[in-house]
Amino acid sequence: MSDRILTKHWGEPDSYTLAGYERIGGYKTAPEAFKRTPDDIVAEVTKGNLRGRGGAGFSTGMKWSFVRKEKATPKYLVINADEGEPGTFKDRYVLELDPHRFIEGCIIGAYALDCHAVYVYCRGEFEPGPITRLKAAITEARARGYLGPSVFGTGYAIEMHVHRGAGAYICGEETALLESLEGKKGFPRLKPPFPANAGLFGKPTAVNNVETLANIPTILQMGGDAYHALGCPKNGGTRLFCMSGHLVKPGVVEAPMGATFRELIYDRCGGIPGGKKLKAIIPGGSSSAVLSADQVDLKSDFDTLKGAKTMAGSGGVIVLDETVDMAWALYNVTKFYAHESCGQCTPCREGTGWAARLLKKLVDGRGEKGDVDLIYNIARQGEQRTICALFDGAAMPLKSYIEKFRADFDSKVKA
Amino acid sequence: MVASPFNPEQQARFDAELEAALARFPPERSQAALLPALHAAQRELGWLSTETLSYVATRLKLWSTRVREVAAFYTLFRLKPVGTNHLQICTNLSCALLGGEKLLEQACTRVGARPHEISADGKFSVEPVSCLASCGTAPAMQVNDRYFDEKLTPEKLDAIISELERVG
Ligand SMILES: Cc1cc2nc3c(=O)[nH]c(=O)nc-3n(C[C@H](O)[C@H](O)[C@H](O)COP(=O)(O)O)c2cc1C
Ligand code: SF4
Ligand code: FES
Repeated sequence: MSDRILTKHWGEPDSYTLAGYERIGGYKTAPEAFKRTPDDIVAEVTKGNLRGRGGAGFSTGMKWSFVRKEKATPKYLVINADEGEPGTFKDRYVLELDPHRFIEGCIIGAYALDCHAVYVYCRGEFEPGPITRLKAAITEARARGYLGPSVFGTGYAIEMHVHRGAGAYICGEETALLESLEGKKGFPRLKPPFPANAGLFGKPTAVNNVETLANIPTILQMGGDAYHALGCPKNGGTRLFCMSGHLVKPGVVEAPMGATFRELIYDRCGGIPGGKKLKAIIPGGSSSAVLSADQVDLKSDFDTLKGAKTMAGSGGVIVLDETVDMAWALYNVTKFYAHESCGQCTPCREGTGWAARLLKKLVDGRGEKGDVDLIYNIARQGEQRTICALFDGAAMPLKSYIEKFRADFDSKVKA
Repeated sequence: MVASPFNPEQQARFDAELEAALARFPPERSQAALLPALHAAQRELGWLSTETLSYVATRLKLWSTRVREVAAFYTLFRLKPVGTNHLQICTNLSCALLGGEKLLEQACTRVGARPHEISADGKFSVEPVSCLASCGTAPAMQVNDRYFDEKLTPEKLDAIISELERVG
């Protein structure tokens, strides 16, 4: 079976137009979906074991069933197109090269959730590029009656709105995103309540990633079981892996959930340039814990990587060759989280900056005895003690780089 | 009423955008149109002065302090002017592995401005920027609304800056 679903027609010049999408069978699934009950659709998605592609890997079917259980109306579907995690660059291509597949997924999702308004929150830098393409696609779909007051002539109304963020990584966190969408600073909310219970404007809301929704038409078309079979146990379908760093052919690679890193790096991306050796793999965006070269045969699905004390995250795979100094890399990563911390929680606001300053000291050759342990402890002591997962995302690299590559740090401490 | 910072043409475009943004949300949720309004104002004026922020506040019936606080939170909103060509170079990991940090230094030296400053002729400003979601074609740079993400090199960067110098 071909691994290409989401990227099936990315190479075609008109892949982003309605005509291009219909030529490969697009917009045939949504009208069929309206003949089924919303509960039936949610059950099919659950059976497909679709796991959210934004970072946490939560079951999409289950998330949708939580929203369905709520009595309050209106309900909202909010799409996370903030794509800010360093090493992640797939949603951008979905929106640019195949926006109609995503729109068809949103139509089915909105119907399944009893929702009539879909908000797509795009990172600010996506204008013009992906935002222009998405808006044009929405206009095209609406002109055909695929969106609007009576979708496919069913009498069911769906409007899709594009909202532009303004440059804040934290707005990718789902509750910060909702605050931002409401016109406020992007401060994450304390949970519970979860967005499914009280989300946008306090109403039941499903927040889902772009790629997650782009999978929906395929699941309904082939059925949950067949979709699940494309991937590996409990991880259905294929995934868009964002391959960057030291690679001969970097870029987005579509592969089954659970493809091994060896397959991704060597078979799909041509290996490492200059015949250099692999040193480390960052498996799921820069906030995931690092893997060492001898873990290259691990599978990339959510559960395997959780078992390996890291995460599949956003699918951003960053490959580091033997020349990389891991203290330098960790300083680079930590500086980012220090810059992007919203400042609400002390361990995050103070800890990320403190760790970054200590790492700078090491990188500049001014490291002192005890610094490395101190950095490690800053990470350990703040974990799971903050409002949102940004700090955990800073702590995972801090701990794992030191655990796995201690020599790169100790060598910078003055004797 | 705070005076409008726009000329008539700008005003018409701003009003249209604001109206469209308000229409996307329930009527009692007009604050949700704040980010769209700030984007629209900045598109017309290049940056957001105190006067502009106050004007946006009046239009949305919000406190100016609230509007300023929101504007200051987001890096894309500029509370002071930038150069005609605003160079933003990504220095996050995927780009840094392939020379992003050196490109930032090179750009600063070449245009004669440190990060977050404007060059003497007003033509350039340079700053590091967070991941632009172009890591597969790293290193990446954005100049105003244009992406330059075809694997930037020192030579390409030099050529782009020369080109920008020529056209203004
Ligand atoms: C700090 C932080 C940043 C995040 N950034 C993004 C992002 O840019 N895009 C995204 O889809 N999810 C992001 N997430 C995950 C979202 O909070 C949320 O889990 C996701 O949008 C849910 O959609 P999914 O179930 O379809 O994956 C981020 C989470 C955290 C803690
Ligand atoms: S963990 Fe950090 S980013 Fe998240 S709410 Fe707390 S301070 Fe803000
Ligand atoms: S790390 Fe530079 S664009 Fe993503």
